[in-house]
Amino acid sequence: MSQMTATPLKKKKGISYAKWGYIFIAPFFIVYAIFSLYPLLSTFYYSLFEHYRSGLKVIGPYFVGLENYKALFTGGDLLKYAGNTFVIWIMGFIPQIIVSMLLAAWFTDLRLRIRAQGFFKTVIYMPNLIMATAFAMLFFTLFSIGGPMNDILIDLHIISQPIDFFARTGTTRGLIAAMNFLMWYGNTTILVMAGIMGIDPSLFEAAEIDGATSGQAFRKITLPLMRPILIYVMITSMIGGIQMFDVPQILTNGKGAPNATSTTLVMFLNNHLFSKNYGMGGALSVILFIISAALSVIVFFAFNYQSDKKGGN
Amino acid sequence: MKKLLAICLVLALALSMAACGNTPASTAPVSTSEAAVSSEAAAPAEGKVLRIYCWNDEFQRRLTEFYPDYDDTAKTIGDVKVEWVMTPSDNNAYQNALDEALLNQATNAADEKIDLFLIEADYALKYTAADVDVAMDVVKDIGVTAADMAQQYQYTRDIVTDENGVQRGISWQGCPGVFIYRRSIAKDVLGTDDPVEVQETMANWDKFDETAATMAAKGYKMLGGYDDTYRTFSNNVSATWVNDKNEIVIDDAMMKWVDQTMEFTEKGYNAPNILWAPEWAATMGKDGKTFGYFGPAWFIDFVMAGNSMDVATADGGKAEAGNGAYGDYAACAGPAGYFWGGTWMCGATGSDNVSLIKDIMLKMCCDEATATGLTKSCNEFANNKKAMNAIAASDYGSAFLGGQNVIGAMAASADTIDMSKTSPYDQGLNEGFQTAFHDYFNGSVDKETALANFYKEAQVKYPELKIPA
Repeated sequence: MSQMTATPLKKKKGISYAKWGYIFIAPFFIVYAIFSLYPLLSTFYYSLFEHYRSGLKVIGPYFVGLENYKALFTGGDLLKYAGNTFVIWIMGFIPQIIVSMLLAAWFTDLRLRIRAQGFFKTVIYMPNLIMATAFAMLFFTLFSIGGPMNDILIDLHIISQPIDFFARTGTTRGLIAAMNFLMWYGNTTILVMAGIMGIDPSLFEAAEIDGATSGQAFRKITLPLMRPILIYVMITSMIGGIQMFDVPQILTNGKGAPNATSTTLVMFLNNHLFSKNYGMGGALSVILFIISAALSVIVFFAFNYQSDKKGGN
Repeated sequence: MKKLLAICLVLALALSMAACGNTPASTAPVSTSEAAVSSEAAAPAEGKVLRIYCWNDEFQRRLTEFYPDYDDTAKTIGDVKVEWVMTPSDNNAYQNALDEALLNQATNAADEKIDLFLIEADYALKYTAADVDVAMDVVKDIGVTAADMAQQYQYTRDIVTDENGVQRGISWQGCPGVFIYRRSIAKDVLGTDDPVEVQETMANWDKFDETAATMAAKGYKMLGGYDDTYRTFSNNVSATWVNDKNEIVIDDAMMKWVDQTMEFTEKGYNAPNILWAPEWAATMGKDGKTFGYFGPAWFIDFVMAGNSMDVATADGGKAEAGNGAYGDYAACAGPAGYFWGGTWMCGATGSDNVSLIKDIMLKMCCDEATATGLTKSCNEFANNKKAMNAIAASDYGSAFLGGQNVIGAMAASADTIDMSKTSPYDQGLNEGFQTAFHDYFNGSVDKETALANFYKEAQVKYPELKIPA
């Protein structure tokens, strides 16, 4: 209606709909600013303070500069926990990406024509629907020293004495990685399948006519054209890996045993926040942020390095 | 341009991830105090909600049995609604929950306030300190008189008395510890199940070790797990966990526990279990090969009785001899005197149910009939000298202990309990010490690493503590 009353001079300029664009995207930015940006900045701020609770007394906040960071790095534990996190993540990610690619390749292969695909896709996705904590409790019971796994292994005469799975570094990490793998390979398979199905089928047909084997087609067509989806899978998995918390926390009863070799970075953060140590917690969060940002950027550039080359190799 | 946009998206993703990890601390509500005051003025003299903070259902069970006005199905006392807030004590979780609630006590609405909370010996000092003032004066604020408490064991009053002599908590139980052993195994290995004769085989630690060797030779385990003897050492320390410079002090007695447990583990004298683990609990049953356990009276009822039965009470099993290992136990003093745990109740400052709290305290902690009942039906060692002495002199026998009357021995031990070596940090440090050394016992790390891990964990748990140079 306002256009009707506007002066002819303004009418000449035309109507700008741009503001509606901004209005429509504004909710995201408002929510982001309140729930993500503000907490993030306050985390930076609090990481510069000594601020914790001693019994029922609140200590601080006293400004201490970078002391919290210094304590984290000189303590020597940070690198150890970062190492733990990375090792457990990679132990789960490698089988996850291999199995997912294999399954996705089979599911999408036109020549194989697997039957009951819907059923299998549902089944492989199922573990993801279980709550991580419940899943961890289940594994804890299964693999406890008096649990069914030990009973089965003894009955099969594979071992003579029950194994305390949670008293050894390898088995504890292995179990955490196995659970992460089981929970996420279905999800990754679906994503990879989406990536493969986005490729023009005529390329595969052309390759077939040219006499390419399925292995060649996979390496020369599928893999290069799937790069964007692989980047996405890699980055999300990596960020998920850095955030790894619920499974190891429950499986080791929050102890990260043995010898803190399954304590992940976020478990460490949780321990600080559990004793209401906001300064240390803040400092650790900032470090986590920097690590995940750096990793994301590295992965992003590593995978996009060739994308400017036009015309192929 | 596209690339820039993509980087922005990636960063945004990472940003929101990192932001999730931290909760800003500055948003404590401050504006609700007015509302609280006005609602208090409008409310009747006594609140309609009794909010109780605790870490397990022990007190609820006791209240159900011995406080006639409490209706456990409706969770009410008269027209007052009882709200149980239970947080397991593992990893300081109970203390954290309680701290959070107590810090908001002043600003919470009347019905949201804590009225009663329970504490354990391991951290009693934290909540009964004068400067934090979270627990009411039992005598002045609540109105329990010294005469009411005359029959209580002195140590149960001392530990909850602050530096100004104000008593801020009260308990219904005493917890002198004993060694509780299987009669059938004693007969098989030692040739007798008589408590006096069994005590002779473990009068000191050397004899205890010898007996352990005999047990192992016959295929039995002396102890059910790594942590079983912990309290017999940690209660006999020469100084508190933390000195006046806020430094953690490892007492010699603590390292004796480490060395003894390692020796027992290497020689196979104990089952390689952790305290409270299901495997540990399973050793108490009929098929268990474990000779004995260290524990006070509450341990018998709250832990062993249930674990020893073949058919749990929930499935219709009866607490009587013949149901699993129930009744196949007896108790003797063991190689060292000690205490373990104990529960005190505190009236929270700011509660609007003071007279109800007073009545609960009187009925549960100062009543001779309740005390007698606690012992007779719950195997409890009650905090009432007169009642305990009467039971000790009577022909009472505990069904769980095969008819043995162990109250006299416990009463003698209760008189000697010294809680002066406790600190507010005991729970976290005891738990951390045990956890750190589990790695040592099961062979994952050496002693030095275990100790270093303990220090690290302690400093994360208690940022104010220092490691002695």
